Amino acid sequence: MSQPANMPRWASLWLMPLLNLFAALFVSGLVIALIGEDPVECLKLMINGAFGYPEGIGYTLFYTTSFIFTGLAVAAAFHAGLFNIGGEGQMYLAGLGVTLVCLQFDYLPAYVVIPLAMLAAILFGGAWALVPGYLQAKRGSHIVVTTIMFNFIASSLMTWLLVDKLRMEGSQTPATREFAQNAWVPMLHELFAPLGVELPNTPLNASFFLALMALVLFYLVVWHSPKGFVTRTVGLNEKAARYAGIPVDKVIIAVMCVSGALAGLAAINELLGSTHRMNMGFTNGIGFVGIAVALMGRNHPVGILLSALLFGALTQGGLDLSFEKPAITREMIIFTQGLIILFCGALENLFQTPLSAAFKRMLKNQ
Amino acid sequence: MDMIFSVLDATLRVSTPLVLAALAGLFSERSGVVDLALEGKMLAAAFAAACVAYIAQSPWVGLGAGIAAGMAVAMLHGVVSITYNGNQLISGVAINMMVSGVTPVLALAWFQQGGRTPTLSDEARFTAIDLPFADAIAHSPALKTFFGHNILVYLALLLIFVVSWVVYKSRFGLRLRAVGENPHAADAAGISVKGVRYMAQAIGGALCGVAGAYLVLAQTGAFIQDMTAGKGYLALAALIFGKWRPWSAVLGCLIFAFTDAIQIRLQGVELPLIGSIPDAFIQALPYVLTVVLLAGFMGRAVAPKAIGVPFVKSR
Repeated sequence: MSQPANMPRWASLWLMPLLNLFAALFVSGLVIALIGEDPVECLKLMINGAFGYPEGIGYTLFYTTSFIFTGLAVAAAFHAGLFNIGGEGQMYLAGLGVTLVCLQFDYLPAYVVIPLAMLAAILFGGAWALVPGYLQAKRGSHIVVTTIMFNFIASSLMTWLLVDKLRMEGSQTPATREFAQNAWVPMLHELFAPLGVELPNTPLNASFFLALMALVLFYLVVWHSPKGFVTRTVGLNEKAARYAGIPVDKVIIAVMCVSGALAGLAAINELLGSTHRMNMGFTNGIGFVGIAVALMGRNHPVGILLSALLFGALTQGGLDLSFEKPAITREMIIFTQGLIILFCGALENLFQTPLSAAFKRMLKNQ
Repeated sequence: MDMIFSVLDATLRVSTPLVLAALAGLFSERSGVVDLALEGKMLAAAFAAACVAYIAQSPWVGLGAGIAAGMAVAMLHGVVSITYNGNQLISGVAINMMVSGVTPVLALAWFQQGGRTPTLSDEARFTAIDLPFADAIAHSPALKTFFGHNILVYLALLLIFVVSWVVYKSRFGLRLRAVGENPHAADAAGISVKGVRYMAQAIGGALCGVAGAYLVLAQTGAFIQDMTAGKGYLALAALIFGKWRPWSAVLGCLIFAFTDAIQIRLQGVELPLIGSIPDAFIQALPYVLTVVLLAGFMGRAVAPKAIGVPFVKSR
């Protein structure tokens, strides 16, 4: 993701991601046309579903909240040169922490149990990332492979816990009992009702503000703190960092913990903000979307906010679209996400090389 | 006794697609290209094999389609990783998501049966081959374990020999390993690094094609959404477990398949000393083993040196 010197900053920050996005949407459009639907009409339906009416916007922002957290998780690791594919598993385990706290302590008042649950999400998510981080730093095993394996291990572990240990008594579905209301993060429409502002009834909740705060904090820590400087140094050149006396191993482990903790906070939005119980597979690919969000957002908070919004809109708009057009299921969104990851994360040379050549020519002619 | 044979029988059946995919990964990774896309290649192949075998009513045509689809996905991975020097890890993750998303959409559009394809009739599947001494087999569970399979099982077995010969004894194999260990030296010796890497992708794609086709044509009889269910990653784990060597990787596949086969038998069975083991633990075993091995607690797994690094010709 190096920035070529002969391309203006605005082009590499805005033009490239947009070009990649259009390329991905174009290929999706081709597939939609292939199955006999009108891509332009579908795009309109999707935009309308995501932004066209108050409930749609609420749901879009709800999905955006989770994607901000998992996007930040992937970005944090990227800044240290690590590719954390384990967001899915880290979020799942964080959900376990949240669930354990809520099942034990949800008789306590909200201002005790919610912070406690957040702490548990951070600890459990961080711990699930700690092991791959430790193994990468101390034993040299590749973080990508280990985090993939940890996703599978998390999935098996949680299946066992939900089926055998945590399942609500007398129920057949692998899910916990509903948490008491004390543990629910307040919905936005409830928060704003006393102020006389009427918002639509959606799962959008106060975690959204937490996500915005995380974005600001991320910016401050990564670019304006010694810890961020050290992290980026390790990411840019590990050997140089080691030579400069930076404890690279410690940085790698710490960054992975932070990354896992960020992914873990997405579980708060899902469990305490919306479902109010733990269901099997509640992460539902949110951890993987974080990869796309971070790549498209160029690991910068502003970019992550915008691309999380884009993916929130894709998710909500896609769900609406699948009601209107039964042929286009939510898997179409997974396909589009994959395309965006491919174009933004692995095929940047496709447009970068000809574009920077074009800019070079333009500059020469001036 | 019967139980032992039925476990071995199941192990052989489950290990076949793993072995094929692990051998596919071997070519790709030995050439220096990380192959997280094994999963996507297999899934695409399974889908193509299911569609074409249903229309053509022939398993062989279906197998051909599976191989073609596996190779097509491999070429996409190749274009991204080899021609455009893209991030191979990200390419693999992206391809897996794309295939997992697009296949159920197409299945729904073409066959209107949810995210799956119609069930194949017996003529369109690979069934156990009839041997002249079939009667003798029917009475002996031991013989049945080794002779009562479909042709792809034996093909996979044969391919293990072929692959290990190709990788270690043939000219192409020498070049493959050279390109994966030190591409600049190979380049200086006049070997086309990109050419060898594309060739490795093509072979790997074809092998994944057979693996994916096997899942449909020999096992389920239809394409089901996300039917590979992590088998590509499992094969990759076996490859790492086998330290990027064909026979050791096959051994890894057999161990993983064996744990899968005994998992069904161990459900609810009380073992002496340990009691009953939850099947989630057995399911997680291959992944735990891989992590332990990668961490160097069971001998060091050393990857091909140039793996994951795009080759940029020095001038």
